[in-house]
Formats: sequence, C-alpha cells, structure tokens
Amino acid sequence: MELNVTINGEDREFFVDPGMLLLDFLRSEGYLGVKNGCSEGTCGSCTVLVDDKPLKSCIMFVGQVQNKKVLTIEGLGTPEKPHPLQDEFVEEGAVQCGFCIPGMILSANALLITNPDPTEEEIKEGLDGNLCRCTGYVKQIKAVKNAAKRMREEN
Amino acid sequence: MTETPFKGKVVKTSVRKKDSMALSQGMPLYVADLDIKPLIAKVLRSPHAHAKIISIDAGEAEALEGVHCVLTHKNTPRNFHTTAGQGFPEPSPYDSVVLDNKVRFVGDRVAAVAADTKEIALQALKLIKVEYEVLDAVFDPEKARDPDAPQIHDEEEAHMPIPVFYEKGSNHVSHTDFAFGDIDKELENSDYTFERRYDTQYAQHTPIEPHVCMAYFDDQDYNIDQESGPRVTVRTSTQVPFHARRITAQALGIKEKNIRVIKPRIGGAFGTKQEVLLEQLTTLLALRSKKPVLLEFTRKEEFISSRTRHPYTVWLRSGVMKDGKITAIELKVLSNTGAYGSHGLTVMSNAGSKSLPLYHMNAVGFIGDTVYTNLPVPGAYRGYGATQACYGMEVLISEMAEKIGMDPAEFRQINHIQEGEGSPVFKALGEGTEGVEQTIKSCKLDDCIEQGMAEIDWKNKRSKPGDDPVKKRGLGMAMLMQGSAIPKIDMASAYAKMNDDGSFNLQVGAADLGTGSDTVIAQIFAEVLDIKADDVIVYSSDTDLTPFDVGAYASSTTYLSGYAAKLTAEKIKKQILQVGAKMLETDIGELYLEDKKVCQHNGGSLTFSQVCKFALYAEDQFQIQATASHVSDESPPPFAAHFAEVEVDTETGLVKVIKYVAAVDCGTPINPKLAEGQTEGAVMNGISYALTEEYIFNDKGKMLNPSFNDYRIFSMADMPEMKTILVESYEPTGPFGAKSVSEISINGPMPAIANAIYDAVGVRLYKAPFTPERVLNALKENK
Repeated sequence: MELNVTINGEDREFFVDPGMLLLDFLRSEGYLGVKNGCSEGTCGSCTVLVDDKPLKSCIMFVGQVQNKKVLTIEGLGTPEKPHPLQDEFVEEGAVQCGFCIPGMILSANALLITNPDPTEEEIKEGLDGNLCRCTGYVKQIKAVKNAAKRMREEN
Repeated sequence: MTETPFKGKVVKTSVRKKDSMALSQGMPLYVADLDIKPLIAKVLRSPHAHAKIISIDAGEAEALEGVHCVLTHKNTPRNFHTTAGQGFPEPSPYDSVVLDNKVRFVGDRVAAVAADTKEIALQALKLIKVEYEVLDAVFDPEKARDPDAPQIHDEEEAHMPIPVFYEKGSNHVSHTDFAFGDIDKELENSDYTFERRYDTQYAQHTPIEPHVCMAYFDDQDYNIDQESGPRVTVRTSTQVPFHARRITAQALGIKEKNIRVIKPRIGGAFGTKQEVLLEQLTTLLALRSKKPVLLEFTRKEEFISSRTRHPYTVWLRSGVMKDGKITAIELKVLSNTGAYGSHGLTVMSNAGSKSLPLYHMNAVGFIGDTVYTNLPVPGAYRGYGATQACYGMEVLISEMAEKIGMDPAEFRQINHIQEGEGSPVFKALGEGTEGVEQTIKSCKLDDCIEQGMAEIDWKNKRSKPGDDPVKKRGLGMAMLMQGSAIPKIDMASAYAKMNDDGSFNLQVGAADLGTGSDTVIAQIFAEVLDIKADDVIVYSSDTDLTPFDVGAYASSTTYLSGYAAKLTAEKIKKQILQVGAKMLETDIGELYLEDKKVCQHNGGSLTFSQVCKFALYAEDQFQIQATASHVSDESPPPFAAHFAEVEVDTETGLVKVIKYVAAVDCGTPINPKLAEGQTEGAVMNGISYALTEEYIFNDKGKMLNPSFNDYRIFSMADMPEMKTILVESYEPTGPFGAKSVSEISINGPMPAIANAIYDAVGVRLYKAPFTPERVLNALKENK
C-alpha cells in the first residue's frame, strides 16, 4: 500500500506491506531509537507517539498510521539542544542502560502535552506502560517533575 | 581504624553519566542498531525435558531458498566448555557443547539457522526433522540424587576443570561444607533453638534488551594472514568481553586471534549476560555462511533459554541466649542448577560467604549442595546466591530476636560484625576452593541501622497494625553484606595516553552494563590528575583495543577496574610532573597538579596542553602514557540495613509495600546519584522478586508464563515510597575509599518484607514469592 505519514514533523511517502509491524518498519527506515524488548506490547521500549498518544509499535501494523503523525525519539531533541525531558533524565541520573528510555521519554512527553503539571501519581500512571529494570523509577519520576516545571516556566 | 570520609573534586560528585545524553536521544548504540543488513538467526528448541536425539535431518531446511546455514550436533564441533563466563579455569563444570545429541530441558537448543529473513529462518526451523527418544526427567531437586533418578549428564566428557567435587552420575554438581566450633553442643546449651526451612523460586533478570549478538566481518578482520583462517568481529550484549572471546574460541576450536569481541551499549544485564550463550552459534553461523549474522533472543527465549536465578531450599538451625547472644547458626543449602552446571558451585558457596560473616556466634556451619534437574538453567544473577540465603537468614534473625523479646534492630546491633574483625567464613568459602582471610576495614552498619530506623520511623510505627479491620500495617528489616570483586583472582587493567589539548584517552577492559562504570572510572582517573571527568575520553570493552578485564561481575568494577584506572593515572601524573619539572627547570617536589595545570608553589604554572605538546614535539620526545593492572588481596563487603513498611489486606492476601528505606555503606560513593540508582534499581527488582516473580511449570517441566503478561515485574505504578541513604565509610583498599554497591541491595526486600508481613499480621512466610494466595493460606493456617 501507499503510506502517507508524518514522521517527526516530516511528510513522508512509502510503499509498504500494510501487515508489516510498525516497529519493524520504523527500524528499517533508520529510526533505531525505537527498541524491541518483548514483541508483545508489554515492556514499552517500542513506544512512539501516534497523534500525540503513546502506543506500542510492536503490536501495531504500519497501515494503522496512514495519514497520522508519528513521533519517535529522534524527533524530540538533539544532543546540542535536548528536550527538557532528555536533559532532566540525564541530569537526574535517570538513564542507566538506556534501552527503555526513548519509550519512557515519549510517554512522558505525551503526558506533559495533555497535563503540564502532573502529580506524582499521574506521572506513575502515565509512565506505567514503560518497564525499566535498572533504575527503580525514582529518578525518572523526579526527572519528569523537573522537566514539567521547566517547560511550564519556559511557556 | 576509620578514616575520615574522602572529599574530592570530581569523586563524590554526581557528574552526568557519559553515555546518557546519547541514549536519551535514541542514538543507535546497541548491538542490533549496527548499520549492517545481517542474516537472521533462529534456534530450534527442545519440546522435551530430557531426550536423546535419535536422528536429525536438516536437508529440507538447507534446501529452502534464503537459508544460508543450518547447524546441528552433526556439523558442529564437540568441545566441552562451560557457558558461565568466568575466569580460567572456571569453577563450573564443562558440561556444554555448541549443539548436543541430547536435550536436557524444555527450551534446550537443538539446531540453528541463518537465513535472509526472520520468516525464512522460522520456516526453516519447521523443516528440520528431529526424532527424539524421550527419557525420564527429574524436576524436584530433592529427588535429583535418588538412585533411580535419570542421569542428566551421562556423556563421558563432562568434567570439572578444577579439582573439586563433581559427581555427575548422581546429578550432584557440587558439595562444600565446613564447621567452626561444636554446633550441636552450642545448640544444646542454648536458651532457645530453631530449625526452619525456606524455599525460593525460579526468577529471571529480565533485562529490557534480551540477549543479542551480531557476528560480522570488519575491515580489520581481513588484516590477517591466510594460514590463520578467517577472522570475525562479534558485537555482543556481554558482561565479559574477554571471557566471551576465550570461551567462544574454546567451544569452536579456533584461536582467540580469530575473534574480536566488542561490547557496545547494552540494555541491562544483571548477571544473565555473563553467560556466553549466543556467541558460539552466531560466530559459527557467520564463519560458515561468510555473511554477517544477527541472533536476538525473543522475550520467551529470554525467560526459558537464557539464565535464571538458582532456586534454593535453605535449612537453618540456630540457637540464642536470653541476653541476645547467638550461640550457633548452621546454614544448609540445596541449590537447583537446572540442566547445566553454570555457576552451580560458586552461587551456592556465596550463600554462606555473604551471609554468615555478618553475625558473631560461638559456632558456625555451612553445608551446600548443588544438583542438576531437567529445568531451565540458572546462572549468575545480581546478589549471586546471597539473595536466596539472606531471605532465610534475616527472617530467622528477626524470629530469634522476637523469641527473646528484643527489638530486631537492637538484636542486630549487638551481634553484627565490626571494623577490625574477621570471620572464619571468609577463609573457608572462596571461589569453589578455599577463600581469602580478611579483616573488615570499613563498616558503618550501626549508622545504617540508626539512620534507616529514623527514616522509617521504626520506634513509633513498629508493631502497630492499626485499627482497620482488614488492612494491617507492619514494619520489617534486614541486614546485608556482599563483596567487592573476587580476591586474588579477578584482574582489571587500564591504559591511558595524553592528548595535545591536555585531555586523555582512557581504555579499559571493564564492561559498563548501563551502571555508569565508564563515568565512575573516568571520575577516579580525573581525581588523580585534577581534571574534569569530561577531559577523560573512555573507550571500554573491546578485545582488540582495550586491555584485559575480567568483566562486570562479583561487584568488581568500581572497586577493581576503578583502582586500575587510579594506578594508571598515578603513573601518568608522575610523567606529567617530570616533563613539567624539565620545562620549568625545577624539582618535581616543587610542583603539584591543579585544575589541568602543573603548578609551582611559587606561582608559576603550565597547562596540560603545554606539557603534552612539549613531550610530543619538543625535547626528549615521548608519548605520556601508562598502563596498570590490579588484583585485590581482599573483597571488602559493602553493608546495608533495609527497612520495609507494608500493608497486608487480610481479605485478599495482597501485600503492598508502602515505604522502603535502604541505608547502604558502599565506602565512598564515587558518583552519589549513580550509587543511589544502583540501590534503587536493586531494591525494586528485589521487591518484585519477593512479591510476584515466579516461574510456573507444568508436570513436563515446561515453563508456562514466559511473558511480561504472566511474569510480572514491577512497573512505576507498583512503586512504594523509596528512600536511599548512602552511609559513607572509607575503605582503604578501594579507589578513594570506594567499595561496591550494585548487588547488595537486591538481597534486602525479600526478608524485610517477610518480616514486615509478620509484624502486620503475625504469620511467617517460608516460601517465596509472597503472593496473595500464599499470604491467605498462611493467614488461614494461623487461625
């Protein structure tokens, strides 16, 4: 099928097998920040935002993003100008092995789009779909709080 | 004995972890992110728990279009080795080959395929015809040594590479025991005695990135003469690049020079990636097909066919006097090592060596046995056997305190090991053989207990289950120790050179698993030279380009690899001072380093850049560079006191952890935020292990819950309030006073939560995990 999709703000056209998994498609197109941790929609490392909603790309077909807006971690910031979430994750020591981090930061970004001042409980709920085995989540929650504050102040 | 806490400029600051910005940007730094289009490898797995392969026919699979190589036991080298990923010679039995003519658990490997796509590889697996002769299997470790139990390793070649107990005929992998003092007599003379049994379960590390390995041909690999044979680069998610190279070479019967192992960024490990499991197959598939090959475990394979934690049955006998004196403790362990003996001996030994030295007692004994069963294969897992033993030990300690009417915190305070003391256990239990005697030089357990008690509000909240008729609250604690590296065995080394701008390249064999060791090692190096951690460019874990290091296990990296980096920096410092003295025409004694400069006491100074350029381009030219290796004579334990507050729902049996406090003495925390992160991660894994994580098997030995849906690890919503307290001490044998921190805190939650459940509802749990069903049953029995 012909796929029209906006990836990281760029309108793109592809010819794809609609039954291909979104995860496989994105990785094959070079969006390697999308990680595969379980292939069953439970670990959250493959999370991308589709029209600002965090979804698990390992259990989605590429056809499902027709005419939609996809955001991967590559579209969020750059090392020179990181997104506040990325900067705060780094500052707080919230990144250990880092494998879950792109998905987690995207979930946090989706949360902050709809709720710029989340409580700790709301952060836990919003990021509940992203498993991390390294950190114990303490520093990630702190990082999201800090980033939310910075983003509120910047706006 | 205690020295004052270390105060550094770079050490003890939470500098940003070097790789964390790149990782938060999603940069392609992991094994599978390499810009190569590889063949995809898939492994055929055994449907039987124990069977002989009567015949195997890969003809149709080989003929399938897109298939490049099929491996079975018929076309692979039969070199016995252990996959344990330990130093040489290993204290684990050589009971594995690349592919065998026998399978020993459901999920054991039978054949491997490399094909153009995943779909073709999976289709090819279906075309491999295997005829099995199904054999009797044994799943119960208590029956594994029975005379009529099937012999799991009946192959002649299986053997122990070191001279220790190994009786494969009776599935008896290892045995060790010792006793100091007369245990029976001490128990006879005790005011109270105890005999208890505790069982722990199969559990998995679940790194979010499953095992993954890519073998390919790099430009450098062609730079070898034809007689030597082809050379392959193996980019793999390993904790032990150098052991992985050695063991892959051994298994395939090729030379180490034909293999280069690189560990890039890896997505978590926790012990399971110490195992050399994928490298043999991936390397051989690449060599045979002459194409790059990628082998990635699925989550299901990660559960069933990688490695797990050894399930234990622990029997404890102990005695106590009314005044709080512990008379004797005897710890007996039966460890189930599944179908292969990886880490079977040393994990079991650690049960004693990382728990018994914690307490004073008149007599102490240990009896440890490890057996084969036809179940998935345990290996190294954070805590390394101490975790399982700690559960029983720390529950029993609280029970003993209760019996004599003493606060369990006070009972621990009056009985724990102190600075300046040793334990006969250190000498008795080593890496499969005798251990190393040591005296504790740093121990802040008293402070850990006091600060932890204050944070959890122990005095006010303990033994107050509350007025709610259904939900009861309780507090529990546990005291812990681990080690820092394997003494007189583990070796780490580092190399560094100076650059024109006064920066340094630091090459270490150490393996950063996400822990931040690259950063921590850079901080130690920078501290010596009074530069910023940013001025140290770390390159690690590449067998072609970095010097040897045993790798990341046994809580060794900060303590051991950090020390090698410190020694290297000290050598460099001397060279810088020598060049500086020549340039300034003065004596070395007149000079010191400060802020990336060589300074004179009278005010003159040179930048590091000037010094380096002088050395490279001006006079008596040479490269300012150094290398150093380090082996430790001892393994100083980090210590910790953990406290849990729980709420038990007496109607549903659900246990909720409300608050968790971990007070840890890890010596000097080189990077406090990263040390906290190690503690928080270990605690969270430990809580999840205590409450939910468990393999469920059917009666044929098949694991029934190999997915995150059915094997639940804790997510953010499950978190309690968590507080980490770093209680600083100064360990004189460590770099700037540091000891280890990464493993110890996984040992605390299971006993601390069990003790808290008792405080809340008055039942003791002797089998983990503490699921609602087990808690409810215990409550019913208690009525």
